[in-house]
Amino acid sequence: MTMRLCLSGVGKTFTMHLQGGVAIPVLHGVELAVAEGECVALTGPSGAGKSTVLRMIYGNYVTDEGQILVVDGERIVDMAAAAPRRVLDLRRRTISYVSQFLRAVPRVAAIDVVSEPLRALGTSAADARDRAATLLQRLNLPERLWTLPPATFSGGEQQRVNIARGLIAEHPILILDEPTASLDAQNRDVVVELINERKKAGVAMLGIFHDADVRDAVCDRSVDIRAFA
Amino acid sequence: MPHHTSLDNDTPLLRASGVSRFYGSRIGCHDVSFELWPGEVLAIVGESGSGKTTLLNCLSGRLTPTAGVVEYRMRDGTVRGIFSMSEAERRFLARTDWGFVHQDARDGLRMTVSAGGNVGERLMAVGARNYGAIRGEALDWLERVEIAADRVDDRPDTFSGGMRQRLQIARNLVTGPRLVFMDEPTSGLDVSVQARLLDLLRGLVADLGLAAIVVTHDLAVARMISHRLMVMRGGEVIETGLTDQVLDDPRSAYAQLLVASVLQP
Amino acid sequence: MTERDTSSLPSPSWGGAGGGARSERPRAERKGDAVRPAAPTAPSPTLPHEGGGSGHADTAYNFAYLDEQTKRMIRRAILKGIAIPGYQVPFASREMPMPYGWGTGGVQVTAAILGPDDTLKVIDQGSDDTTNAVAIRGFFARTAGVTTTTSTQDATVIQTRHRIPERTLTENQVLVFQVPIPEPLRFLEPRETETRKMHALEEYGIMHVKLYEDIARHGHIATTYAYPVLVDGRYVMDPSPIPKFDNPKMNRSDALMLFGAGREQRIYAIPPHTDVKSLDFEDHPFEVQRFEEPCALCGSTGVYLDEIVTDDKGGRMFVCSDSDLCEEQRAGQPVDA
Repeated sequence: MTMRLCLSGVGKTFTMHLQGGVAIPVLHGVELAVAEGECVALTGPSGAGKSTVLRMIYGNYVTDEGQILVVDGERIVDMAAAAPRRVLDLRRRTISYVSQFLRAVPRVAAIDVVSEPLRALGTSAADARDRAATLLQRLNLPERLWTLPPATFSGGEQQRVNIARGLIAEHPILILDEPTASLDAQNRDVVVELINERKKAGVAMLGIFHDADVRDAVCDRSVDIRAFA
Repeated sequence: MPHHTSLDNDTPLLRASGVSRFYGSRIGCHDVSFELWPGEVLAIVGESGSGKTTLLNCLSGRLTPTAGVVEYRMRDGTVRGIFSMSEAERRFLARTDWGFVHQDARDGLRMTVSAGGNVGERLMAVGARNYGAIRGEALDWLERVEIAADRVDDRPDTFSGGMRQRLQIARNLVTGPRLVFMDEPTSGLDVSVQARLLDLLRGLVADLGLAAIVVTHDLAVARMISHRLMVMRGGEVIETGLTDQVLDDPRSAYAQLLVASVLQP
Repeated sequence: MTERDTSSLPSPSWGGAGGGARSERPRAERKGDAVRPAAPTAPSPTLPHEGGGSGHADTAYNFAYLDEQTKRMIRRAILKGIAIPGYQVPFASREMPMPYGWGTGGVQVTAAILGPDDTLKVIDQGSDDTTNAVAIRGFFARTAGVTTTTSTQDATVIQTRHRIPERTLTENQVLVFQVPIPEPLRFLEPRETETRKMHALEEYGIMHVKLYEDIARHGHIATTYAYPVLVDGRYVMDPSPIPKFDNPKMNRSDALMLFGAGREQRIYAIPPHTDVKSLDFEDHPFEVQRFEEPCALCGSTGVYLDEIVTDDKGGRMFVCSDSDLCEEQRAGQPVDA
């Protein structure tokens, strides 16, 4: 099995300057590896630092200690130390992140929100929209919503837009933060199906899945974050 | 950002090294260094008086720094210090390869000249002498910034604030610049107008692969259009990093305060 | 009155060095209808040299009114202007005994270049007999004692407001323009510091913006006077409010052309045989006005015509703007009835 993502000795402490500079250590010595075609679940209670790990991998949070190695073709990049433009480049080509909430841009149609990662890779607008339409169709997002900005959508609709956006570019590493939290059973099954398809295609995945059924259906193993408190 | 295949053979478009500007004994900005890469949008945030506009003016050659160097990679690949080139060269650069979008459109537009003339001026300045072609180009750009073609002969003083800003953007982009400086491009606009402008800017920057340096006091604006963020206070750079990282995981006391101070709708 | 001792004056035309070497030709040798400016229209009282033939001036004045230092200063500005065709040279404009807007700039240039044996013609809108022209002619007749004329070909110095004579000027002639606003870029850029920089750096895109605006608004370049030109491929210049009809006459002219702006304190020049190109667009080339009918008085065609309202019932006629040419035509070949 080829490793795609490897965390070693990763630690994170939040310093709250607005609260008298109190330092809150959240994680320490995180050791974690995800291989090609593998899906790993992070488990543990709320506030244990599961999302923090995901955000550090995506470069959204600063990593204070350790290394986050990402295999990028021939090269191995340490996300914990990479320059901003390197992180942006990896986000464009290698890592996707499906966050819990969609940060919607005003005025941009749902279908364009979804196609943007492909556009950033140089795909033509028409082709990117075709792929986006296929995904949105599978996720049962009503076609009348495609041309509307997602800001006014329901939570479940927004989440499906978010998932489609995360999957469309078919990056080799996928980070999932509660991808099915606000979905009904039918759409949850579609997402499980999509994730399993990606697994077969060799995508390395790390995620937080509160829904035990979903976790069982997609994950190969679980890592309890409390081990690194 | 545009589609780079390799980051390794790339060189920065603009490099600032130790840029300082003093007003007598008062600090405008102090010891600012960074690199800007092609296609990258850098937002400079901070409150009024933090030195962000002084820095922008130093970077764009409008104000001579007291100390420090600003280097720019020209279209032919040579790297030139913008304050070691002649004023003629610098002004030529500023009206061809650069753009400058002012906070107040009246500073960036000729208010007594039609929209078409405003857009066409840069073309005529670089030698365009065919009226039909210039007008065609102006109409094309008005469409791209969502100004109706039948307004081409109207003067910007008959335009709304949002239209003026969009006209200013068209006027700057018509020569295909590689770097655009923007000073609070959306402040003073209604929220809905602001959203439209930001969306337009985002699209143009991505489509044209523009690099941009945007001064704003609005963190939401920064989040929406920039890749990287630079937080300034008292003329000093307090924190820099990826935009979403600085906003979601601010490290310095000041950046935390700034993020915490944003009103949520 | 005494005979002017011209040898005691520096020759104004040639600057201070070795001044005064030119001898004065007897006025009697002048051909044409050179006149003493004691015509009834002259604003001044009977002039001291009336009826004389050898250039008597009112010696209460310096020659041509200005003192020698001032004339030298102006000549230096003129020489610099000639050396840098189309470039606006600042000069210390003096108070003249006439208001700004009446040609104080042109008068100072004329005063600086006039020699005792020059023959002066002054026109205003092409005409020799308008108030402004008559007054300035009288002014120099009195202060310099020079011969004046209405004949274009007899004049050595022609001061003009708003026209270039129809007759092609020669290398022995100097044309002096009165200029109200010397800065062609001011229409779009009011800051003088900025326009000077734009001239220095040849940033002239803005000039075409003005023409663009014309076409956008009127469908054609509607600027009909003070039409901007590029001099010697370098400086954009305002030719003063002459009709654009006259622009081609500046190109490679044999005569020296000097421009004086009194209020704005600028002098500029087009030396003889200099390229002067009117700005235009490829698809809207420069064109001069055309007149459908010949002059109603002399029958001339291809000349600039003025519209004259003849009665209160809408009657009007088009006649030569150049009054000298019109009279000459009528004298030589009577107009067909």
